[in-house]
Amino acid sequence: MFQRLRENKSAQGTLLALPTTLWLFVLLIIPLILTLIISFGKRSPDGDVIFTFSMDNYIRLIGYSTDCGGQAWCIDPLYYTILWRSLTLAFNTTVLVILLGYPLAYFIARAHPQRRNLFLFMVLIPLWTNFVIRVYAWMMLLRKEGGINIALGWLANLVGIPFQPLDMLYTPGAVLVGMVYEFLPFMILPIFTSLEKIDTSLYEAAADLGANAIKTFLRVTLPLSMPGVVAGTILVFIPVMGTFIVSDILGGRQVILVGNLIQRQFLDARDPTFGSAASLILMVMTLIVTYFYTRKFGFGEEIVAA
Amino acid sequence: MSEFAVELRGVVKKFITPEGNELNAVDHVTMQIRNGEFFSMLGSSGCGKTTSLRMIAGFEWPTEGEVYIEGKPMGHTPPFQRRVNTVFQSYALFQHMTVFENVAFGLEMEGSSKDEIKKRVAHALGMVQLTGMERRKPKQLSGGQQQRVAVARALVKVPDVLLLDEPLGALDLKLRKEMQLELKALQQQLGITFIYVTHDQEEALTMSDRIAVMSNGKVQQIGTPVEIYERPTNPFVADFIGESNFFAGTLKSLSKFEARVHVPLLNAEVIGLPVSANLVNGEDVVVSIRPEKVRIAEKETMSTNFFRGRITNTVYIGTDTHVYLDVCDAKLKVYEQNRISRLDPRSFYSVGQEVGVMLMPENTLVLKKE
Repeated sequence: MFQRLRENKSAQGTLLALPTTLWLFVLLIIPLILTLIISFGKRSPDGDVIFTFSMDNYIRLIGYSTDCGGQAWCIDPLYYTILWRSLTLAFNTTVLVILLGYPLAYFIARAHPQRRNLFLFMVLIPLWTNFVIRVYAWMMLLRKEGGINIALGWLANLVGIPFQPLDMLYTPGAVLVGMVYEFLPFMILPIFTSLEKIDTSLYEAAADLGANAIKTFLRVTLPLSMPGVVAGTILVFIPVMGTFIVSDILGGRQVILVGNLIQRQFLDARDPTFGSAASLILMVMTLIVTYFYTRKFGFGEEIVAA
Repeated sequence: MSEFAVELRGVVKKFITPEGNELNAVDHVTMQIRNGEFFSMLGSSGCGKTTSLRMIAGFEWPTEGEVYIEGKPMGHTPPFQRRVNTVFQSYALFQHMTVFENVAFGLEMEGSSKDEIKKRVAHALGMVQLTGMERRKPKQLSGGQQQRVAVARALVKVPDVLLLDEPLGALDLKLRKEMQLELKALQQQLGITFIYVTHDQEEALTMSDRIAVMSNGKVQQIGTPVEIYERPTNPFVADFIGESNFFAGTLKSLSKFEARVHVPLLNAEVIGLPVSANLVNGEDVVVSIRPEKVRIAEKETMSTNFFRGRITNTVYIGTDTHVYLDVCDAKLKVYEQNRISRLDPRSFYSVGQEVGVMLMPENTLVLKKE
């Protein structure tokens, strides 16, 4: 039997993929199906799930309502607002992370090989600390008596202008800062990888053919590093759409994202059926965005793999 | 127009090794490359040939000395302001661009019009026989075709000098031979100066008008292929290009055309041609003779440079028979061309056979010991 397995390459492949396939099936596919079933259920008065086929949760998500004083029906924009807020935040985070991460990745990729590993190490060090703790650290910095206000106050005092501590915590800006901070390494690493793969003789060829530094960057470096940007975008955009910790801690009750909405259905409102429906909508929205994005830019592998 | 397309004067390039030592990758190199010449820099890896080329291209700047292009000192002129273009060893094609875009890149940087770009790219691709491949990506081409794209991309700029850094290194032998002839033909047709870096001596001999043999960052000899092969001026060149028999000796007497050298291993005086400059009577020298230039003879026909030896081994390789001999205490190899078609083993030399060997004085080079 082992003899035959040694000769059969496709059987080997199947065997190697088996553990992961099982893992994904038990922990992804089955829960997903359960979520789908629950989302069509109804909440019992004491917070349990009554299995039935009801579209109530989806109708509620659309915002369809018959309780609107006078009119027969109307649309409540609440969930659209939350979804739109999540989308724009994910978009803004991704753009900022690219703008901040690309130059750093470029710098690391062009650094001396001996120093390169040290720099990469420094990018990764924050990831050793728990995600939640890092967000709390930002809370310490951003609050009224926090590090940033103390520093600003000291500066203002030095220059001699009156200073009012800024209200930074519990604002959309605070959430954005937290998100950018949390997800920056996930953009830097793939961009670095694709930049590092570029043969230095390509830069020389561009210079040889008459391109200055800016033209070389725009015509050669940037297009060849796009796979890294695309991969990084996928790695950043999708989690930002779903995460609730950053907005929970830094946004307070002011900045509610889809993630917070779902979390609260399960933990506060004790309505897993509505939470399930919202999760599925989030997933579908993310898939749609990712689909159009990857259809335009690919998964970021074409040039690298070619 | 300057007489020399490129000139290096006392050029030194120092590098710091990973261990922190200073290394002269290029060590006081002076050479003059004439307009329209096919000039090769030949040497094994680490001899400084590629670094020299990169300094002409402008990718590196000399630590000392100066590079002149068309008579003008280059100083720290960046590559894109030099009228030279490079064909890279790895081709360095832009994988995200088509063949057309690759070749057009240099013209776009010049700001040429769309029509002109089209015309010149078509012409350049025609020169390297790649017409019809415009829309392919480099990955869709064979190694030889990619190499041609790299040549077209450099030539489309109509440079004064084309620099080629081991451009055929990645190709298989047959294709390499074809491309050698094609590049040479292209160079003659265009009349552009080519500076060609290679470690392959046959390639250098085949293609070049002149060759600079380099080792350890220094130029060992500059000359035509014939000069380099027939009159190597030092033992390194004699050994690096082709093969040679070497005998150490002491210079006994010297005139313009004749040098007498006492060779202890042969226990005799050998008469040879003084090739190295500045030979001094009484100094230690090296006598060098190419294996194909030694004559095996049954009878003594000369009073000098004739020795008796015993055959220790023979190797038949088709075109030649390699005969290895012990002559006195020296070892000698002789390549005899198989001029006559024959099968009888008795017609070949046999091991143990006693023969005479002649070292013709005009083939026996007396070189300065290094």
